[in-house]
Amino acid sequence: MNDLKQRAEEVVRLAKSDGASAADVMIREEDTFSVTVRMGEVETLKEAISRGLLLRVFVGKRTATSNTSDLSESTITSLVRETVEMAKLTSEDQSGGLPDPSLFEANFPDLDLVDEGWETITPEQRIDLAKRAESAALSANKAIVNSEGGNFDYARSKTVLANTLGFTGAYEGTVSSLSVSPIAQDAAGMQRDFWFGVARHRSQLPPPEEIGRKAAERTLRRLGARRVATCEVPIIFDPVTARSFVGDVFSAVAGDAIYRRSSYLVDQLGKTVASPEVTIVDDARLSRGLGSAPFDDEGVSTRANSIIENGVLQNYLHSTYSARKLNARPTGNGQRVASGSVVIGPTNFCLKPGQASPEDIIASTRTGLYVIELIGSGVNHVSGDYSRGAVGIWIENGKLVYPVHEITIAGNLREMLKDVEAVGNDLTFFGSIAAPTVKIRKMVVSGE
Amino acid sequence: MESRSIFFEKYNITNRDLEACLSEALSRGGDYADLFFEYRVNYMIALEEQIIKTATKGVNMGVGIRVISGEKTGYAYSDDLNRESILKAARTAAFIANSSAQGGKAGLGSSVNREQNFYSVRNLATDLEIAQKISLLFEADRAARAHDSRIKQVQASYADETKHVLLAASDGRCVWDVQPLVRLNVSCIAEENGQRQPGYAGGGGRRSLDIFQGDLDPRTIATSSAAQAILQLGAVDAPAGPMEVVLGPGWPGILLHEAIGHGLEADFNRKKTSAFAGLVGQKVASELCTVVDDGTIPFRRGSLNMDDEGNPTHNTVLIEKGVLQGYLQDKLSSGLMKAPLTGNGRRQSYSHIPIPRMTNTFMMSGESVPEDIIKTVKKGLYAVNFGGGQVDITSGKFVFSTSEAYLIEDGRITSPVKGATLIGDGPTVLRRVTMVGNDLQLDQGVGICGKEGQMIPVGVGMPTIKIQEITVGGTEK
Repeated sequence: MNDLKQRAEEVVRLAKSDGASAADVMIREEDTFSVTVRMGEVETLKEAISRGLLLRVFVGKRTATSNTSDLSESTITSLVRETVEMAKLTSEDQSGGLPDPSLFEANFPDLDLVDEGWETITPEQRIDLAKRAESAALSANKAIVNSEGGNFDYARSKTVLANTLGFTGAYEGTVSSLSVSPIAQDAAGMQRDFWFGVARHRSQLPPPEEIGRKAAERTLRRLGARRVATCEVPIIFDPVTARSFVGDVFSAVAGDAIYRRSSYLVDQLGKTVASPEVTIVDDARLSRGLGSAPFDDEGVSTRANSIIENGVLQNYLHSTYSARKLNARPTGNGQRVASGSVVIGPTNFCLKPGQASPEDIIASTRTGLYVIELIGSGVNHVSGDYSRGAVGIWIENGKLVYPVHEITIAGNLREMLKDVEAVGNDLTFFGSIAAPTVKIRKMVVSGE
Repeated sequence: MESRSIFFEKYNITNRDLEACLSEALSRGGDYADLFFEYRVNYMIALEEQIIKTATKGVNMGVGIRVISGEKTGYAYSDDLNRESILKAARTAAFIANSSAQGGKAGLGSSVNREQNFYSVRNLATDLEIAQKISLLFEADRAARAHDSRIKQVQASYADETKHVLLAASDGRCVWDVQPLVRLNVSCIAEENGQRQPGYAGGGGRRSLDIFQGDLDPRTIATSSAAQAILQLGAVDAPAGPMEVVLGPGWPGILLHEAIGHGLEADFNRKKTSAFAGLVGQKVASELCTVVDDGTIPFRRGSLNMDDEGNPTHNTVLIEKGVLQGYLQDKLSSGLMKAPLTGNGRRQSYSHIPIPRMTNTFMMSGESVPEDIIKTVKKGLYAVNFGGGQVDITSGKFVFSTSEAYLIEDGRITSPVKGATLIGDGPTVLRRVTMVGNDLQLDQGVGICGKEGQMIPVGVGMPTIKIQEITVGGTEK
């Protein structure tokens, strides 16, 4: 880690000596392992160590960024010089610049993001995890006839950030995921689904057999899917599809969408934007959290941010830039994309669980749709208009009765948020956005 | 085509190095190995709020090493192009094969580069002055704002890249290519009475800055983005339920990409996970439909001189007069299925394993006059522009979402409608094509396709067509 820190500090100094008034550099190193097993045999095995350097320079109020996988002296030297020259060609922007130094911390809490235990697990054992998960799915039922495979992925990453204000920080993380995608068949055709686990620590990853069995169950329940007539009914998102709904909320509270006025939640701070059931936080300091980090990609100390509390909008999420645009405080959500530019990203953006069990929520629904997959990208984040392909299970008299597909669900996110009637107690983390079961009072289902 | 690749010139890689790495890759007895070298330079410039907010340069390079053993693939890559790093990656990739058999000794032949170059460019965009690129963005911004005073935000972005690739394989091939790509995107927000709506447009291809004229003039792109946002301000709720749908020419060809393109990628059919598996020779579309995947159209975004396995691209007929002809192949699947290569093995970068992918996928023109097609519809939807789409290749269900669509009432185009997702079934939707226009158009050149986490540039195209029935996912019952 120290060599990466040194390298980052050198590049920052180089930028300064080449004429940058300020600069920051992020270096990421990642050691990855990935295996896909299909029908019991290894299909692909992939391993690599990769590095990337992301540079941002300011020349007065102008800025440019660059990125490279080539950390050699000669490439870095010419890239730094060229980035400084490029910055001079961009426009002056009063909101630009590095974060205020008061937002940096010298010491960080241990977020328990690394499990050293992974290092002792051999490639054969890793392959075996994928094999066991797939095998559990294949043997669950004779209608499971095929598979897109079992997958085990592991990555250990190091992140280092240095800037011209004297900040240098570094952290490490491990993350692994195990997934299976079985295929079931009946006279009407094939259906596929999947299940997975993702965790920083070995002990958090569910047993492979459990993942395999659940993948099989989820796939089998799709057999015999039919269509339903166009109607307006209550919609229940399972925790996987609810993540997508909560992700849509994230897009609407990201500071860049707010200063661009490209969100249906502009000018809504302090106002009721959702039903009282809805409380959302973004907490970067969650121990072992999949989106946790001690500081963001600009060095700003992270913290827990309240987004919506009992339906009332509390905060937007900000990078340094969007915060300056809107006279707010950076929230520690600056994230660097592959180009080197900083955007706003979620850390652990989570809809807080409610009281009801998912079974109770389903039982409370006379007629409705339990949504288990959403496909396509039919969300207008500016107006909130929402229309997406869906797969689900039809609900009659509080019971799941048959699978449905080739339908869409449509509404408007602004109304959907206010129409949240129940939030389940089954919060599960599958990434940096997390949600329990969510029931929406009504949406239009388009079908036959 | 350049006579010597950058990898020989700048990185001093020799044929002997390549042969040594291939031998190392086959040291445990794999059937086949290849080395994919990539050196990519790219620029991106972004305008927003009438100023140039940032400019970005990227320099990324590395080598991906693949070993195939039966149905198994071993893969490793390195960001370093020194001999030791490559040999180490070759040893890692070699692990997939597990036999004591002697590794084959690889001997490389001389260049077998294709003679034709589908994107011969005199001045690569990545070598041109940034000031020229910036002026394209200002032109776009001015045109979008001038279009209508209700346009309140304009974001314009320019991107270019030059990708040098070289593939050396244990079958003796050593081929290379230089692949330029440029694009310009404009997004607008229109605002009126507290209501806000977005509009998007873009264009590009495998050319230099000279592509941005005519239909791809920055002002033309900006105006259509602005017009779309303004149109949405007055849009009514989209209808819900199955109905007749007329798709306009060009970008609506995304229908083909989702409904059948992915389902015809060979890997899914070899594994029998596609709803199209085993249907070659059968009727999967109305006889009005002939669909091709053509990677050889000059300067198109989805075109390539060679695919990312070093094989020449083709014009592959997928569906001829309604009958399924074959699949899109890569090296692994064509070998296992004993089918000819089609030049569709593609990857996002050296850090990714190549898989069967589309290039430019489109339907050939038919005989109907577009206006006549509209006239035949009593009540339906006319969709001319789309955002993204997605498909479940196993069940065959696919979606694509409109960004510009209108109601058709009594044979006339009437009100614009809000965005809606259309959902259908891949193996049946083309059987419901009842009219095909004489106006084939390819898209403007901004398509990005994702599969197994790998994003690649693609093209689509279509004439105006009428689908007898497809489900429209609006809110108006």
